[in-house]
Amino acid sequence: MDKRLNVSSSPHIRHGATTQKIMLNVIIALLPATLAGIYFFGARAALLIFVTVLASVGFEYLSRLVLKRNNTIGDLSAVVTGLLLALNLPPTLPIWMAVVGAFFAIVIVKQLFGGLGYNFVNPALAARAFLLVSFGSDMSKWTEPINRITALAAEAVSGTTSGATSGATVDVSTYATPLSILKDGGEPPSLLDMFLGQTGGSVGEVCALAIIIGGLYLIIKGVISWHIPVIYTGTVALMAWVLAPEGMFTGYALYHVLAGGLLLGAFFMATDYTTSPMTKKGTVIYALGCGLLTIVFRLYTGMPEGVSYAILLMNVATPLIDRLTRPRRFGGATHV
Amino acid sequence: MAKKKKGFSVFINGIINENPTFRMLLGMCPSLAVTTMAKNGLGMGAAATFVLVGSNFIISLIRNIVPDKVRIPAYITVIATFTTIVQMLLAVLLPELNKQLGIYIPLIVVNCIIFARAEMFAQKNGPILSILDALGMGAGFTIAITIIGSVREILGSGTWMGYPVTVNLFSPATFFILPAGGFMIMGFLVALFNKLANRKKNDNTIEHQDACAVGCPGCSNAAGGGDVK
Repeated sequence: MDKRLNVSSSPHIRHGATTQKIMLNVIIALLPATLAGIYFFGARAALLIFVTVLASVGFEYLSRLVLKRNNTIGDLSAVVTGLLLALNLPPTLPIWMAVVGAFFAIVIVKQLFGGLGYNFVNPALAARAFLLVSFGSDMSKWTEPINRITALAAEAVSGTTSGATSGATVDVSTYATPLSILKDGGEPPSLLDMFLGQTGGSVGEVCALAIIIGGLYLIIKGVISWHIPVIYTGTVALMAWVLAPEGMFTGYALYHVLAGGLLLGAFFMATDYTTSPMTKKGTVIYALGCGLLTIVFRLYTGMPEGVSYAILLMNVATPLIDRLTRPRRFGGATHV
Repeated sequence: MAKKKKGFSVFINGIINENPTFRMLLGMCPSLAVTTMAKNGLGMGAAATFVLVGSNFIISLIRNIVPDKVRIPAYITVIATFTTIVQMLLAVLLPELNKQLGIYIPLIVVNCIIFARAEMFAQKNGPILSILDALGMGAGFTIAITIIGSVREILGSGTWMGYPVTVNLFSPATFFILPAGGFMIMGFLVALFNKLANRKKNDNTIEHQDACAVGCPGCSNAAGGGDVK
């Protein structure tokens, strides 16, 4: 693969991209969100991320061994799955549950269906959904971030120590996420707090800034195209604005974009190559579907968050979208 | 001697070779719907076995009297009679189980295992063999759905037959009680059962594979060749 000169039939000019390089780029893009999560939720979050990634790679290795297939841990896809799964978990989740989640993602959703490129839904999201229905109480136990940037800044300005940064251990108490506050009709946190990650939530979903930095890196590197993230978040913003419970055209558009796992899902999980449509037209339909389903789940069901289920449902619909938008062969007949 | 042996093989056939749930994939509806607990599986299996034995016996007796054209309505009447008996007995003797199994007891009338055995076996064989076949099929069905129920109950509720098992080991994963978990466990058990049941046969199939290997390059059904358009 390292040789640039290939003595073979066409194509003769090859792009340098390999699975490994793409996955490495995704890992680099996830680093800001990962570091932000560790900064906000402390060593417990770091341990959770480390164990989940390790377990994912371990299960990938073992399942390939048992199924007598060639070993694929070198392509780093298991690292990406483990990292994405960990970023989608609450920071206080018992470690063994994260390991069970990694098993579900890698062995059941990915390897039993044939490995990378054959999984029918996104493995990390499927594992998250599995954990959510299995261990509902542990999966919705959110904690307050340890470090509060806005509070620190206020201290620096006023010169006093308010104690906002002290004393907060990770498992002090349950803490509401922005979306659950909105659902229960409370006073939501400020947009700046949500943009920087000063709210309750999964390890990697709280800091919108870090996710956007990673997402832009992926778009600039050409790993993903802008269509899915932009159309997905745009649909959610528009529909949240239009379909507000208090009356049409009065919703918190930006609030729904920054809260919950929308940005993480739109940049990193809805864009999974295997489970998103191949054509541009298909991609638009897929992203619109994700956005509409997300807003329906958020506003009209008992669940506060709907990103993971929305993406999973559109993953399942992807083969149908691909069939619908299959390009016509050049010079072929007009009928499909 | 020979007849005795045949009877035994008819009985065993329903448990292993033609296990209705794991091999024939018949009766999926009750297999998935009521197996959230091992006890429900056992109860459902017992009820279905009772109906199966009764209907197979009666149908094998009347098979020469009933005209071919109206045999299906006739079978349904026989099966419905036994289902009604089971439902009434359960309501009196085990009201709790009856409540849990709910609609799936009356639905035994249209259970495809019972239909399949009436159509494929009782219609062509005498009453003794038909009873043995019904017992074998009923046992196979009961064993299968009790295993599914056990796995789902232990993983999903942490109990077995209602007794706590995993209290101090791990907290149960509700996923396995839900329909999606049922399908997953079902798939795994079918795969496992088929692997175990096919192990003996593998020795015989090697010869067949050798003969086939010669023609593979030209064979249009070779793996991967089917999807190219």
